Amino acid sequence: MTPDHRQSGAAVRLHDVAVRYPGADRDAVGGVDLEIPAGALVVLLGPSGCGKSTLLRTVNRLVVPYRGTIAVDGRDVTTSDPETLRRGIGYVIQAVGLFPHLTVAQNVAIVPQLLSWSPQEIAARVDELLDLVRLEPARYRSRLPRELSGGEQQRVGVARALAARPRVLLMDEPFGAVDAIVRTSLQDETVRLHRALGTTILFVTHDVDEALRLADRIVVMKDGRVEQDGTPLRVLAKPATAYVEALLDAKDAVRRLSLLCARDAMVPADGTAPGRYQVAANETLRAALSLLLEGAVRVDVIDGDRVAGAISFDDIRAALVAAER
Amino acid sequence: MNFVLRHPGEIAWRTMEHVELVLIALVIACAIALPLGIYIARNRRLGDIVLGTLNVVYTIPSLALLALLVPVFGIGTTTALIALVAYALMILVRNVVAGIRGVPFALVDAGRGLGMTARQILWRVEIPQALPVMLGGVRLATITLIALATLASWVNAGGLGTLVLYGLQHDDPVRALAGSAIAALLAVAADLSLRHLERLVRS
Repeated sequence: MTPDHRQSGAAVRLHDVAVRYPGADRDAVGGVDLEIPAGALVVLLGPSGCGKSTLLRTVNRLVVPYRGTIAVDGRDVTTSDPETLRRGIGYVIQAVGLFPHLTVAQNVAIVPQLLSWSPQEIAARVDELLDLVRLEPARYRSRLPRELSGGEQQRVGVARALAARPRVLLMDEPFGAVDAIVRTSLQDETVRLHRALGTTILFVTHDVDEALRLADRIVVMKDGRVEQDGTPLRVLAKPATAYVEALLDAKDAVRRLSLLCARDAMVPADGTAPGRYQVAANETLRAALSLLLEGAVRVDVIDGDRVAGAISFDDIRAALVAAER
Repeated sequence: MNFVLRHPGEIAWRTMEHVELVLIALVIACAIALPLGIYIARNRRLGDIVLGTLNVVYTIPSLALLALLVPVFGIGTTTALIALVAYALMILVRNVVAGIRGVPFALVDAGRGLGMTARQILWRVEIPQALPVMLGGVRLATITLIALATLASWVNAGGLGTLVLYGLQHDDPVRALAGSAIAALLAVAADLSLRHLERLVRS
């Protein structure tokens, strides 16, 4: 990763934001407060119609609230004109929204073009971005969207959103239309990009597993209001309402295990010879449990090329109890 | 065949007149239909009203429309052009509206989200997306106008219809047939070339 990609994220602050669509008899979003620190990856989670997309779209003013304020990087979003604001905020949508009549390179170049970058700058940036989302520029540059797979299209969508180095990236159910395997790899890519770029990401989904996989913080929404706002572990361990508990299936201990790291639950050991059952230190306790269920009495935790510790059933149970506190 | 061979000058001249009528009417109709269609595509109520009105015009038999126009605009090219433009408008406006309304919301939303102005969305997203449908309208309108323009001779506006009209009135079926046949050939040629253009745009 070239240092060129690095861009610090911007904080997003929503205060008492309320939206009502014309003709509706209740608010789509009813007075939401949200503080998103710079560089966070926050997932808005909830069923369709809960207002999560609407709330997301207030940030780039695709939806205008009738009450409340939204500030990006400390600046109220109404102080600049909407087009200028949007060119500075990345936006990825579910249907991909690539323009079918433009090539991959032309799609990616849209925002730099709107910002009147020079053709040389744009061409260089397009290649850089295609590399970033792992699409070989020479192969993909001049293809049309319809010649790409769903996963590839979505990568181009992400590249396009990142083109002008936005400090905030809005992703509205971006992976809803791709199959499960591709979705998982796109989620991993999202986490990788987030770590590499430091961009603040607001991610909307109705998929609980996706939320748990991605989020630093989950905001659970229902009927236009925030039901709970916290780290994935917190939301799973201490659901604030029966609704959150049901939505996340929070009683499911195995699900919580997938948020805990093997390194944090192991009993340190050194010098022991590695046994048959091993997990890497950064793998989840869910993987460790799976090995224990296969018949292991203890699972060795491997860090680099040495055995850093071991995990037994009791250690897993203890880690779960500790996480609840 | 004899007639054609003996009067190449007249045939060429009438054909030119015919093509001229069609092209002028088409250009005027396009110039009106594109902005009008784009405008009413965004306003459902107004769109229904305009399309309804144009539909009524379209159902008036062409000869009757000419008869209605003559008392106001007199005999001549103007009257013929007005009638031709009126028919072309119906087809063109309907296709422009269908084309623009058919652009997927996700694309317009993506354009807005990326920071395009309404004008940029129109020129960079909506019109390119609607182009195949709009060109389909142009093709249909061209063929219709080539056929309809044969009636221009009824108001003394020239064209291939003059051959047909004269031929019928003076018991000269070959002359009438020559006029119709050339009009038909023109229509087929226009259809083929515009279809080709549509394919180019679509790919």
